[in-house]
Amino acid sequence: MEITTTSAGAAAAPIFCLTEEHEHAAGGSTLLGFWIYLMSDCLLFAALFATFGVLGGSYAGGPAPKQVFELPLVAVNTSMLLLSSITYGFAMLTTYQGRVVATQGWLVVTALFGLAFIGIELYEFAHLIHDGAGPQRSAFLSAFFTLVGTHGLHVTVGLIWMTTLMVQVGQRGLIPANVRRLACLSMFWHFLDVIWIGVFTFVYLGGMLR
Amino acid sequence: MSFLLGRLNAQAFPIHEPILVATFVVVAIGGLIGLAAISHLRLWGILWRGWITTIDHKRIGIMYMILGLVMLLRGFADALMMRWQQAVAFGGAQGFLPAHHYDQIFTAHGVIMIFFMAMPFITGLMNFVVPLQIGARDVAFPFLNNFSFWATAMGAALVMVSLFVGEFARTGWLAYPPLSGIAYSPDVGVDYYIWALQIAGVGTLLSGVNLIATIVKLRAPGMTMMRMPIFTWTALCTNVLIVAAFPILTVTLALLSLDRYVGTNFFTNDGGGNPMMYINLIWIWGHPEVYILILPIFGVFSEVTATFSGKRLFGYTSMVYATVVITILSYLVWLHHFFTMGSGASVNSFFGITTMIISIPTGAKMFNWLFTLYRGRIRFELPMLWTLAFMLTFVIGGMTGVLLAVPPADFVLHNSLFLVAHFHNVIIGGVVFGVFAGISYWFPKAFGFRLEPFWGKMSFWFWVIGFYLAFMPLYVLGLMGVTRRLRHFEDPSLQLWFVIAAIGAVLILLGILCFLIQIAVSIRRREALRDRSGDPWGGRTLEWSTASPPPDYNFAFTPVVHDNDAWWDMKQRGFVRPVSGFNAIQMPRNTGAGFILATLCGVFGFAMIWHIWWLAVLAFLTVLSAAIFHTFNYQRDFQIPASEVEHVEHGRTRLLGSEA
Repeated sequence: MEITTTSAGAAAAPIFCLTEEHEHAAGGSTLLGFWIYLMSDCLLFAALFATFGVLGGSYAGGPAPKQVFELPLVAVNTSMLLLSSITYGFAMLTTYQGRVVATQGWLVVTALFGLAFIGIELYEFAHLIHDGAGPQRSAFLSAFFTLVGTHGLHVTVGLIWMTTLMVQVGQRGLIPANVRRLACLSMFWHFLDVIWIGVFTFVYLGGMLR
Repeated sequence: MSFLLGRLNAQAFPIHEPILVATFVVVAIGGLIGLAAISHLRLWGILWRGWITTIDHKRIGIMYMILGLVMLLRGFADALMMRWQQAVAFGGAQGFLPAHHYDQIFTAHGVIMIFFMAMPFITGLMNFVVPLQIGARDVAFPFLNNFSFWATAMGAALVMVSLFVGEFARTGWLAYPPLSGIAYSPDVGVDYYIWALQIAGVGTLLSGVNLIATIVKLRAPGMTMMRMPIFTWTALCTNVLIVAAFPILTVTLALLSLDRYVGTNFFTNDGGGNPMMYINLIWIWGHPEVYILILPIFGVFSEVTATFSGKRLFGYTSMVYATVVITILSYLVWLHHFFTMGSGASVNSFFGITTMIISIPTGAKMFNWLFTLYRGRIRFELPMLWTLAFMLTFVIGGMTGVLLAVPPADFVLHNSLFLVAHFHNVIIGGVVFGVFAGISYWFPKAFGFRLEPFWGKMSFWFWVIGFYLAFMPLYVLGLMGVTRRLRHFEDPSLQLWFVIAAIGAVLILLGILCFLIQIAVSIRRREALRDRSGDPWGGRTLEWSTASPPPDYNFAFTPVVHDNDAWWDMKQRGFVRPVSGFNAIQMPRNTGAGFILATLCGVFGFAMIWHIWWLAVLAFLTVLSAAIFHTFNYQRDFQIPASEVEHVEHGRTRLLGSEA
């Protein structure tokens, strides 16, 4: 950027303003802003984890984790989400190569894994509620349903967002604005994976040890 | 319960409460006159294009300030009623407020003053000042900024609606369970509370993200972190606190909603629930919240002290570190709000000590201001008067705070009027005084003319004397053991103190009226008070380098910073304002999306409060689709052509010439 002096002083006079337009790249703050938002989301989950930590042992005469959790099902579910993270990674690789169809293809695969995750989670919830272990039964189950459900709600939002982006990539291709949006969703999606690792470890595995 | 209207029926309208009916009539007539005036003067177009849909950080900042002012009037009306009630309800006299109304008033007063008076005021100041101080054209996410404002406004609107449709919470401003649970508060009051705060909270959180990104990414070249003006530093720390604290509030209120709507057992007495969990969670948000309010105000006082002493701020680096230390410590003290929970001596000692430690960085700041004043050429303009009143008053409030931080003392004083006096001492003596200092300091920048000083000084003296008269008696009463939130007293020996407090409240009322008169008089005499230079106070930071009011694009040329006091440095070293060679400037385009989305959120909240499920589902789906639809708009910028920039800047050149 060319900088010229506007001061009336000698040649060594300091430069007090840029005479060329000082351009901040469009959307240059978006990734940082989204990252900050994710940290606030992280604290939201932290509060839910803390709540589960405090209330996780309050069964109120109802079922304990060992009686309600089915680890094999949760393991399958976990693998769905982890696989979806890998395939989203592939989508980003093809995005940076500028391959529109391949990107959309990987997004579809990712969304299918995400849908499978949500499907299995809903099945698990329905099963629990049917067995009389719904969120109203005890503080433990209230905290469990809320923590896991909030994560599921985030995944659902991610799926809606992914669908929108598939349409937008189809309409306009991999223009910088769309690449930026894909990168934001990428952060969101991997973030949800990290949260799920916490859920799997502290809620399910930790619950089996109680 | 009907499908169409949920819980909403004829009983929801308080037609048997004379106070509310009279208020409604006044509001309705005032509203109709307002609407008629807007239509008559054909202002709807200007209102929509220039203000409602604006993404200009300056206009959004001004709208936040107007919201804060309107809600100050509402919150203060509540305060006046409480003072009046407590001054007369002794022995056989029951006063004029029935218990269920009185309980709503003290709840609404607290909620409004914190969320809808103090928060909009400080967000407004930050929104207006920060981009100007860092030499930016706007905030990082201008559209989001518009949405944030309208979300806050919709939250405020829900609280106002509760006055005439249904009722507000009767739980105190933090709605502790189990009282706020469905078993003890089955009506809509707590639901109004929850949804008003949730919607406003989303706005606050997004505005926090926005301002952090702005400060980190959009500073002018040369402005390193340690060259940022102190107000920008405190704004950065406050917004970090907002991002780190408001998610906790969101979760806490969401869990309370689940208890109320779904029947979960988070905070219930049975089913394994734990009400103390709520009290911990809400204060993990609530304590940082008070620092969210005071930190930018410390920034205001730093700017004012340096400007009106004609000196560089004393101890810039220590001021920055003190701010950062307060930011961190504010997270380690929440339990001092409920020492009596019974967590044991060790836990209480930890939180008592961390609380007392906060007084060290705060004290450092106080000394920095004192040393800035020392041997300065002090000008006793209005902002400086407020600053001096703050320094005196805030120290008293700080000392009673340290007193309350001692757990054994807190066991005696908690829940008493001593506590009420303490936090009013720091919030009025700190935040409110600071907001008035900030308003009178930056008003000429925002509108191009100074505020008239005579009525400002009247307002100042009524406020300060009124504050001391209203709250010093409460310290006394608190020490005598009077608990807070009481509607009626038996012991006639207490009455004198309550009467003095009521007189204080009346003086504060006069202070508020004088402030309104000051604004009206200033508008009438705006030609005489006009600021042509853009730098009416001999300022030190970049906002004073541009015109008053600043053009849409803030700076025709992006400034280059060499010093903490960038504008002072430019003036000292012979900066000459360029008058030619202007470029076209890329600016964000106005949009109605933020207003529409926020309004739909308000409708969703109202439907949830009244259990109008079809409307809630409909509003929710509309919000979702409207938000998605908005993302299909890729054309969000436009160019201000170089010729127009030149036209505006030549106007300023003429103005500067006419002044000289």
